[in-house]
Amino acid sequence: MVEGKVGLFIPCYIDQFYPQVGIATLELLEKLGCDVHYPANQTCCGQPTDNSGYAKENAAIDELFVDNFSGYDYIVCPSGSCSLHIKDHLHSAQHPEQATTVRQRTYELVEFLTDVLKIKNLETSFPHKVGYHASCHGLRGLRLGSSTERNVAPFSKSEDLLKMVKNIELVNLDMTTECCGFGGTFAVLEEALSVKMGKDRVADHLRHEAEVITGNDMSCLMHMEGIINRNGLPIKVKHIAEILNGTAL
Amino acid sequence: MSHAEKTAEFLKDEAKTNWHNETLWWVRSKRDLSSKLIPEWEELRELASSVKNNVMSQLDVYLEQFEQNALANGINVHWAETGEEHNQIVQSILDKHNAQRIVKSKSILTEECHLNEHLEKTGFEVVDTDLGERIVQFAKQPPSHIVLPAIHMKKEEISELFHEHLHTEEGNNDPQYLTEAARNHLREKFLKADIAITGVNFGIAETGGFVVCTNEGNADMGVHLAPVHIACMGIEKLIPRFQDLGIFTRLLARSATGQPITNYTSHFHKPREGQEMHIILVDNGRAKQLGREQFRDSLKCIRCGACMNTCPIYRRSGGYSYGSTVPGPIGSILSPGFDLKKHKSLPFASTLCGSCSDVCPVKINIHEQLYEWRQVIAREGLDDLPKRFSMKIAGQVLASPKLYFTMGKMARFSLKTLPKALINNPLNAWGKQRDLPEPPKESFKEWYKKNRS
Repeated sequence: MVEGKVGLFIPCYIDQFYPQVGIATLELLEKLGCDVHYPANQTCCGQPTDNSGYAKENAAIDELFVDNFSGYDYIVCPSGSCSLHIKDHLHSAQHPEQATTVRQRTYELVEFLTDVLKIKNLETSFPHKVGYHASCHGLRGLRLGSSTERNVAPFSKSEDLLKMVKNIELVNLDMTTECCGFGGTFAVLEEALSVKMGKDRVADHLRHEAEVITGNDMSCLMHMEGIINRNGLPIKVKHIAEILNGTAL
Repeated sequence: MSHAEKTAEFLKDEAKTNWHNETLWWVRSKRDLSSKLIPEWEELRELASSVKNNVMSQLDVYLEQFEQNALANGINVHWAETGEEHNQIVQSILDKHNAQRIVKSKSILTEECHLNEHLEKTGFEVVDTDLGERIVQFAKQPPSHIVLPAIHMKKEEISELFHEHLHTEEGNNDPQYLTEAARNHLREKFLKADIAITGVNFGIAETGGFVVCTNEGNADMGVHLAPVHIACMGIEKLIPRFQDLGIFTRLLARSATGQPITNYTSHFHKPREGQEMHIILVDNGRAKQLGREQFRDSLKCIRCGACMNTCPIYRRSGGYSYGSTVPGPIGSILSPGFDLKKHKSLPFASTLCGSCSDVCPVKINIHEQLYEWRQVIAREGLDDLPKRFSMKIAGQVLASPKLYFTMGKMARFSLKTLPKALINNPLNAWGKQRDLPEPPKESFKEWYKKNRS
């Protein structure tokens, strides 16, 4: 339980292609007693244009975002990458103070569950072997876990939550913090390399007999799913919200 | 060719790509093991970063201090604004001594200035004495990595090169045998050298001395035998005091290869009796980069190469895909400062995963600078037109809830109804080797409207 209104921020590609992830996020937050609202006029955080060098074209997108999400006590998003983008790059010339508040109140879902709701147990079960993909922006940008480069005590907020799910078996990977190669427009600008990186990531999960790859970012999972489906590989992807909320394979 | 085009070429040999990836990851893993033995590792990084920030904030002062102390030690100090000037200075010293044979060690800076080409054109013999550098010199290639110059070559290829240049047995790939052959070959070069050129890892403002770190001891071999020593140093290589050095030597080798320290850490303070010592301080674009606030931090680099070993792109694209003297993530933020047009694809050769920034021993925010260079490239209009156009459209669609809703619905409808062969057409880079997601029957927005409001 938490006092206050939660604004649900659903990334554009989840809205368009993976509505079940948005639904799982919403249901999970509602089950945990949150007062969740979905501002109907939301579109996208603006990261695709911004990371391509067009931050200057983003003023209208930013104003819209500030307009949509001002007034919420928490803004929760099932994506590390989109959350980080808002936290790092949201600006408003018209309402600078509101933009600052929106930035400060934005949380990635796992971050919100761990640091704000501080949940200690979950009533769901997922009797499968699962490999966890630590997406880079959540990992190194939001510090949802420890990156292997730094000399800090190892931790992973996402894996701690997954371990609360009954009957789940988390597999150990050879490379725990390697990028999958999605990278937004990188996925098409550097197509060959992007696919190679994705293939290598999926192979790691397969080598350790995972049935499912999960993670905080559907964009990375979409990229790996594209490779899995094209090659008919025996593994599926599920967003972490789906597993935490309770889903069948 | 852009980074993407060169990378696609490199990836054609997938087995070799895998080998390259695994070899560099092995180096990164060694770095992890050794850095994790130092409990204060993160504190050391912070210290190193602060010291370098201090240097960058008053580089002019430290440079003058360094020059004064070096002169007092009996070292000849030269200033070169460009690579060309640097080469002229080297040549004037060679001419003065009527030198013919030059041994060189450990200098990416001389690569940057294209010193070898310059000297070979004018008839000098320049021998790179670092084993890896000698190998790429035989192959007439530039280094593909700043610490491991021949990391892209397998021992079979090296054996062939040595057979051709050093007349080793054909097909003998034994590393011990090949190294021995190189050692004997280089020994002769050392003994006959007229002049030894080295790079500089750290110049110490307080003492006017400088430090060169090598594993093979080749810098010492050259300098101790030749009557003249020329050290070439980028102006950013300074540290303020001798006592600061330990921070960097503890970080450098561990970050580079996982060794606690390089086999040789050679301190040079003044010429020995009868020897002449020169140091050339080279700007070549560094002062300009210092003036760019967002990119200033790139000058803190101590050239350990850790960002290359960690980079999932570099490991799978090879050093040559970058087309710049310093490849990899750090090269991708340095090179655009030298020639933005030529290197405009480099800031995009990244997923902005941030591994480079986390591995960097001096805490350069490499991935954030990649992002900033992208903004510069778009602002200067250097981006390809189709991309510029599509970004404008995307900007407009995403700023309008109505347009976004309609376009999304249209896209999902097309994906559902169009045949797969049409969707995965050659213009669709996503679909070349990946499926698009199955379009759902309704968006989240539509579902929410039905179920919650």
